[in-house]
Amino acid sequence: MRRLLGWLEAFGIFWYDFVIGDDWTIAAGVAIALGATYGLSRAGFPAWWLLPVSAVALVVSSIVRARRQQRGR
Amino acid sequence: MNGGATFATTFLASAVEAIEMVTIVIGVGAIRGWRSTLIGAAAGFVVLVLVGGGLGTALTAIPIDVLRLVVGTLLLIFGLQWLRKGISRVAAKGLAGDEEDIEADSGGETRFGLDWTAFVLAFKGVLLEGLEIAFIVVTFGSASKHIWVGALGGGSALVLLAGLGVVFHGHLSRIPRSVLILVVGLLLSTFGTFWSVEGLSIGWPGGDLAIPVLLGYYSSLAAALVLVLRRELAGLRAREAT
Repeated sequence: MRRLLGWLEAFGIFWYDFVIGDDWTIAAGVAIALGATYGLSRAGFPAWWLLPVSAVALVVSSIVRARRQQRGR
Repeated sequence: MNGGATFATTFLASAVEAIEMVTIVIGVGAIRGWRSTLIGAAAGFVVLVLVGGGLGTALTAIPIDVLRLVVGTLLLIFGLQWLRKGISRVAAKGLAGDEEDIEADSGGETRFGLDWTAFVLAFKGVLLEGLEIAFIVVTFGSASKHIWVGALGGGSALVLLAGLGVVFHGHLSRIPRSVLILVVGLLLSTFGTFWSVEGLSIGWPGGDLAIPVLLGYYSSLAAALVLVLRRELAGLRAREAT
């Protein structure tokens, strides 16, 4: 039982690190952008462009945030 | 469609998917290490053979869009993290990177002797692209009533591209690590973006031609950010020196 719980914990930690990494805003931003892309598409508008634009914004904001944290040290 | 046309069609269509598969496996292997990556790829291939063998032509019943959405989303999230990391490192340290970065990136934490990040990335890439090749073979092969010719076309494309990957992967060791991380981040972000939008049943203008366009788009962003960050760092260093 303890081994199973240990394995489950390791499994959970792995997926948390894989998805969240060291910046949770990227995962959250991608999920929101995908939702918005789907919504836009369902509303009848061309939506393929939204995710690439959002991805760029997420990378830029992540870099800016990391640099602010570095300067704050 | 006769046998020759079926072979050519399935070969070319499968080659596109095989390029994506081999690119992911080689990119991940070059950065995270080959052992776990190849085990992940092999595991993906085994699942593919079991699913394909079990379902046969009923393979088309698999909800491929759901798979594309899940795999694409995970690839995109991971790819953007590596892209951000690669941009920051190339901006800070130039193309050479340094030993600290190599230590931080190579392998990482392992459990049961495997780098699970490398395993999962390779597994997903092989499984998804392999399923797409299988779909191509079943679709074109069934329609032309030359299913075995279609399978030969798809299999030939996979063997050829995998062989090219084996031949050229060694050259990757000459590429500076920070540049490799940046390039693999670009590739994972490109494929992740393409597949996740396809998974929402939204078509890309130009179909598969959108992939090189996306790659060019993300590459331009990366180049611009590296330039901006390097200028900012140069300015900071100049101010500190005075």
